Amino acid sequence: MKRIWPWAVRCGCYAAGLWIVSGAAGVVGFVAWRGLPHLNAQLLFGDVSARDALFGGVPVFDGLWPAVLGTVALVTGAVALAAPLGLATGIYLAEFSRGRLKEVLTVFFDVLAGIPSVVVGLFGFSVSLLLHKLVSPRLGPCLLVAAFSLMILVLPYVIRATQSALEEVPQEVRLTALSLGADRVQNLVWVLLPHSLQGIASGLLLAVGRCAEDTAVILLTGVVVTAGVPRSVLDPFEALPFYIYYISTQYGSTEELERGFAAALILLGVSVSLFALAYAVRRAVGSWALYRA
Amino acid sequence: MSRRERLVRKILGTATLCAAALPLSILIFMLILARPLLSSFSVSDLLTGSWAPLQGRYGILPMMVASFLLASCSLAVSFPVSLGCAGLIFGLTPPMLAVPLRRLVQLMTGFPTVVYGFVGVFLLVPTVRHLFHAGSGRCLLSALVPLSLMITPTMTLFFSDAFAAVPRPILLAAAAAGADPVQRFVWVVIPSARRGLAAGLVLSFGRALGDTLIALMLAGNAAQVPSGFLESARTLTAHIALVIAADLQSLEFASIFLCGMVLYVLTSCAALCAWKMRAATRKNSR
Repeated sequence: MKRIWPWAVRCGCYAAGLWIVSGAAGVVGFVAWRGLPHLNAQLLFGDVSARDALFGGVPVFDGLWPAVLGTVALVTGAVALAAPLGLATGIYLAEFSRGRLKEVLTVFFDVLAGIPSVVVGLFGFSVSLLLHKLVSPRLGPCLLVAAFSLMILVLPYVIRATQSALEEVPQEVRLTALSLGADRVQNLVWVLLPHSLQGIASGLLLAVGRCAEDTAVILLTGVVVTAGVPRSVLDPFEALPFYIYYISTQYGSTEELERGFAAALILLGVSVSLFALAYAVRRAVGSWALYRA
Repeated sequence: MSRRERLVRKILGTATLCAAALPLSILIFMLILARPLLSSFSVSDLLTGSWAPLQGRYGILPMMVASFLLASCSLAVSFPVSLGCAGLIFGLTPPMLAVPLRRLVQLMTGFPTVVYGFVGVFLLVPTVRHLFHAGSGRCLLSALVPLSLMITPTMTLFFSDAFAAVPRPILLAAAAAGADPVQRFVWVVIPSARRGLAAGLVLSFGRALGDTLIALMLAGNAAQVPSGFLESARTLTAHIALVIAADLQSLEFASIFLCGMVLYVLTSCAALCAWKMRAATRKNSR
């Protein structure tokens, strides 16, 4: 009996490892198997030639190009909103607040980090209702509202990355410039921020990855099946993750299904490489970065 | 304090205030928009009633049961798996295997949920349909597998962090007393990391509860209390995504804000619990 249980524990652990590896292999393998053969220029641009679509302004109807551009616009908007706010908040938490206030604020952002993305999307939707009622009846769910909601979703990442990067700056580095006569703002701008750039960059990369893959938020804040290339921030838009979801619910032909698999492969590739980059930039990224739905 | 410092402080403080107002304003918006429903029904009726909007019944019990069932079952599957994986990464296997495993788990945190759902629809659902002859194949079981696979990597990383935080002297003492790696893992590492494990468990429960796409794509979305794993079910999150297209003035529409509120309250409780546990750990280790 005494001999058996350590052996059983070890076997159990290996079984767990095998399960997770085969799960990952199953997901990647299946998507790659069905998607790889269809990964070509026609997938992006349909019957329009790539040059016409890129430079001639010819609309693309049966390709992923508008969805890709929509996702790019969405991610750019969301990160452009989240970066300044998140950086400022992270710096304030790390450098200018202490004691009770800091604790309360940290809990606030923990709560924000835990809110399901669909609830954030619901909030974005109600904001668009409010805008519709108060500002102009022309306004509704649109690219701007979606980017704003995604900003809320990824804000905790940026805040936590900034805060923990700043707090990990060694004490000697922190004191050197101060002892040479720099004030706190100079110290922050010239010493502390450059020193914690890696951590901040990795947090921003995680935020980009999360924006690119999230579907629940945009599902509620203005994504549509056909909108063409995004022209205004006040219009509905197309996005890659929503396209994948849409194909899984209703596809008209095998051609569309193949395009769905290729889109899933692209999204998987982009997402995984962003995360890999984030981890490579900062080796020690741990669980702090990741608890959110 | 120079004038510039005061200015910088003021700007950063304002930004922090704006950011901190977000979680509060989300709750307030949910409350205001759910009001039509809350003023015409009592809360206990809404939380324990069935969903039949055509007969004027807007209870969200079926969705709550489905959400709880799905989240706790996927947790029951992924907890031992994560514990095992974290054990392997911690040192039950040579570094030659442990390091690639850790890399893989880190990369898996980047898999989009919609891809899990997509693979589920075209790989798992037909399999379940053929194996169990279960109608369309979209049922709790089909959602359970990808959901547990989705929360495992984060949980594993969280557990690994908790294991890494176990003080080295304790491990050395155990090794000196003659404990082999498995004994150390089971009798020393797991007990001394138990708070971290509990915090990871609670946070993962919040994640499982909050996932939308997997449940929406795979669980079948029938608004009834599921009686088995091969039954179709609708989670709170899927309910929100499905009913959002309803008439904006209807009570049906107001019910999704009630669902949002329930989700909000549950996940923030999870976040608070996890924070409490981690705070206690920090105090102990000092």
